[in-house]
Amino acid sequence: MAAVSANALTGVRSDRHESTNLRNKSWLSCFRVFVAVAGLLATSASPRAAASRVISIIPATTEMLFAMGAGDRLVGVGTYDRFPPEVDGLPRVGALLDPNVERILALRPDLVILYGTQADLRQQLERAHVPYYPYVHRGLADITQTIRSLGARVGVEAAGNALADRIERQLADIRSRTASSGRPKTLLVFGREPGTLRNIDASGGVGFLHDMVEAAGGANVLADVKQQSVMLSTELVLARAPEVIIELRYARGDATAPADLRAWDALPAIPAVKSHRVFMLQGEEFVVPGPRVVVATERLAKTLHPELFK
Amino acid sequence: MAAPTDLRRRLLATVAGFGALTIAVCLTAPLIGSTTIHLSRVFDRTIPFADNVDAQVFFVARLPRVLASVLVGSAFAIAGVVFQAFLRNPLASPDTLGVSSGATLGAVVVITFHIDSAVLGVSAVPVATFAGAAGALGIVYAMSIARRRGTSSTVLLLAGVALSAFLGALNRFIQVLGDYTDTFRSIRWMMGSMDVGSYTDIVVALVPIAAACIAIGTLPRELDLVSIGAEAAESRGVDVRKAERVALVSASLLTGSAVSLGGPIPFVGIIVPHIVRLIVGADHRLVLPAAALFGGAFLVICDVIARTAFGAAGMPVGAITAFLGGPFFLWLLFRRMR
Repeated sequence: MAAVSANALTGVRSDRHESTNLRNKSWLSCFRVFVAVAGLLATSASPRAAASRVISIIPATTEMLFAMGAGDRLVGVGTYDRFPPEVDGLPRVGALLDPNVERILALRPDLVILYGTQADLRQQLERAHVPYYPYVHRGLADITQTIRSLGARVGVEAAGNALADRIERQLADIRSRTASSGRPKTLLVFGREPGTLRNIDASGGVGFLHDMVEAAGGANVLADVKQQSVMLSTELVLARAPEVIIELRYARGDATAPADLRAWDALPAIPAVKSHRVFMLQGEEFVVPGPRVVVATERLAKTLHPELFK
Repeated sequence: MAAPTDLRRRLLATVAGFGALTIAVCLTAPLIGSTTIHLSRVFDRTIPFADNVDAQVFFVARLPRVLASVLVGSAFAIAGVVFQAFLRNPLASPDTLGVSSGATLGAVVVITFHIDSAVLGVSAVPVATFAGAAGALGIVYAMSIARRRGTSSTVLLLAGVALSAFLGALNRFIQVLGDYTDTFRSIRWMMGSMDVGSYTDIVVALVPIAAACIAIGTLPRELDLVSIGAEAAESRGVDVRKAERVALVSASLLTGSAVSLGGPIPFVGIIVPHIVRLIVGADHRLVLPAAALFGGAFLVICDVIARTAFGAAGMPVGAITAFLGGPFFLWLLFRRMR
C-alpha cells in the first residue's frame, strides 16, 4: 500500500520535472528506489505488527480467538466454523481442502490463520504479501501453546496467556481428581459404519484425543500405535480387550445414535461389552482442539470415573 | 478347439489345481493374524462363546473376512474376464462401464448427507452402494440395448469410460459438500475393507453374485467367439446382442455386489484374468473357473498381508492389491508395447 502511494507520488513529481537536468533525474531515481524499499520493508514488517483483520480457516483457532476476546478482529472464517454462535455472521472463505483465495484476498486481511499443510494457499498469500499463521493439530500442550502465541500475534497477549493458564489449570484439576483411581483400558472410537463394526477409526497414541483420554484418567489401549488415527479391525479390538469403549459423535441431537452401540454386542468377550461400559458422547468439542478441550476432557473423565463426579 | 476328452481333462486339472490353492489359502488364512489363537480353544464347546476370545477372533474377526475376500475376489475376477472378452480390450476392468463408480457414489451420498444410520441393524452404506451400482447398471443396460449392429465395442467402452468419469466427478462434488469428517469417512470407505464383521452382509451379497455366476456360466463359448470378433461369432450362430446383454449385466451385477461388500478394491478384476490366461490359455471354459478360484485366493492373500504385515494399525486391502497389481499392470503394458 505504502509502495503504491509512493509510486503515485513520484509519478506526479516526474511529470512536473520533465524538463529538469540529468542531476535532478538521478535524485528522483534515488528517491523512487528509497520509497520502494521503504514500502517493501513496511509490507514485510507487517507480520510482526498486531493483526486487526484476521481470517481463521481452522475451527479451533476461531474458537481460541473468541475465547481470548479477540473475536472482533475476525473478518472471515472457515466453512466448518460453528462455534461460538457469533461466527454465523462472518463471511466464509472455504476450508482445509478448498480455501477460496479470491475471497480471502478481497477481505484485505492482515493475518490469515491456516493449516500447516495448506502449501498452495501459503504460497499464494506470500505472493500477495499477506502474513499468515500456520497451525497444526497436535496434543493438548500444543493447544495452550498456540493460544499464547496467537494471543501475542493479534495483540491480546495478556488475555491469551490468561486463557492458556486457565485451561492448563482446569486440565490439571481433572488429572489430579482422577489420579487416585484406577486407569481403565479405554478405546476411543471416533468413526464407524453405523449398525456394524466396519471401518472403525480410533484414536492412536498421538494427538489431542489420546491426551484427553489420558488426562481423564484412562489408559488408551492403542497408546503404542504412534498415529493420531488408527484403522481398527475387530480382531485388534478383541486383542486389546478394552475395559471401556467410548464412541464420539460430533453432531448433537441424534437420538438414534446411542442405540447404535448395540453393534458392539457382536464381540461379547470384550470386557467393556461384558460390563456394559460402552458409551457414546456427542458434541463438537471432541473434534475441535480449542478452548473447549476442558469440557471434552471433563465429559470423558465423568464417563470413565462416574464415582468421582457425583 | 480342444477335443472333448482333452478339454475335460484340462478342466479337471484346472479346477483341481486352483481349487486346491483356494482351499489351502482359505483354511490357512483364519489361522494367521495379529493375535495368537489356539484351535483347541476355538472349538472348545465347554467355554461359553461370550467368554471365548479365541472363538470370537476366529468366527467374528477372521472367518467373515476370509469368506468376504473369497467372494469379492471371485466376483471381481469373473467380471474382469467378461468385460475383457466382450469389450475385446485387455485393459477393461470391472469399473470400465462405471458400475464401481456408481456404487461409490451411493456410499458417498449416504455418508455425506448423514443418511447412513442403521435400519434393523443393517448399515445403509452397502444398501446405497448396491443402489448406486444398480443405477449405473441401468445405464449400462440401456447402452447395450441402444447399441446397433455394427457399432463397435470401442463405442461402448468409450461410453463406459465417460460414464465412469462423470460419476467420479459427481463423487468429488458431493465430497466437497460434506464436512471434513464426512470426507474422511468417504475416503476411508473407498480404500476398501474386508473386515465385514458379520455374516449377514456376506449372505446378502452372495445371492446376486451366485445368480450372475450362473448366467455367465452359460456363456463360455460365446465369450470365446466374441473375443475374436462379433462378426465371426455371428457367423457361427451366436446371438451376439443377447449374449452381450446377459454378460454385461451379469458382470455389472457382480461388480456392484462386490463393491457393496468390500468397497471399490482396485486391480483384482484386471490382473487376475491376465494371470489366469497366462496359466490356462484363452479358452473361457477354463478361464472362468480358474479366475473365480484364483481371484478369491488372491484377495484372501492380500487381506492377510493387509492385516498382519503392517503392525497393529494394518493397511487397507485396496492398497495391497494396487501395490501388487500396479507393477504387474505396468509389465503388461510394456509387454504389449514390445
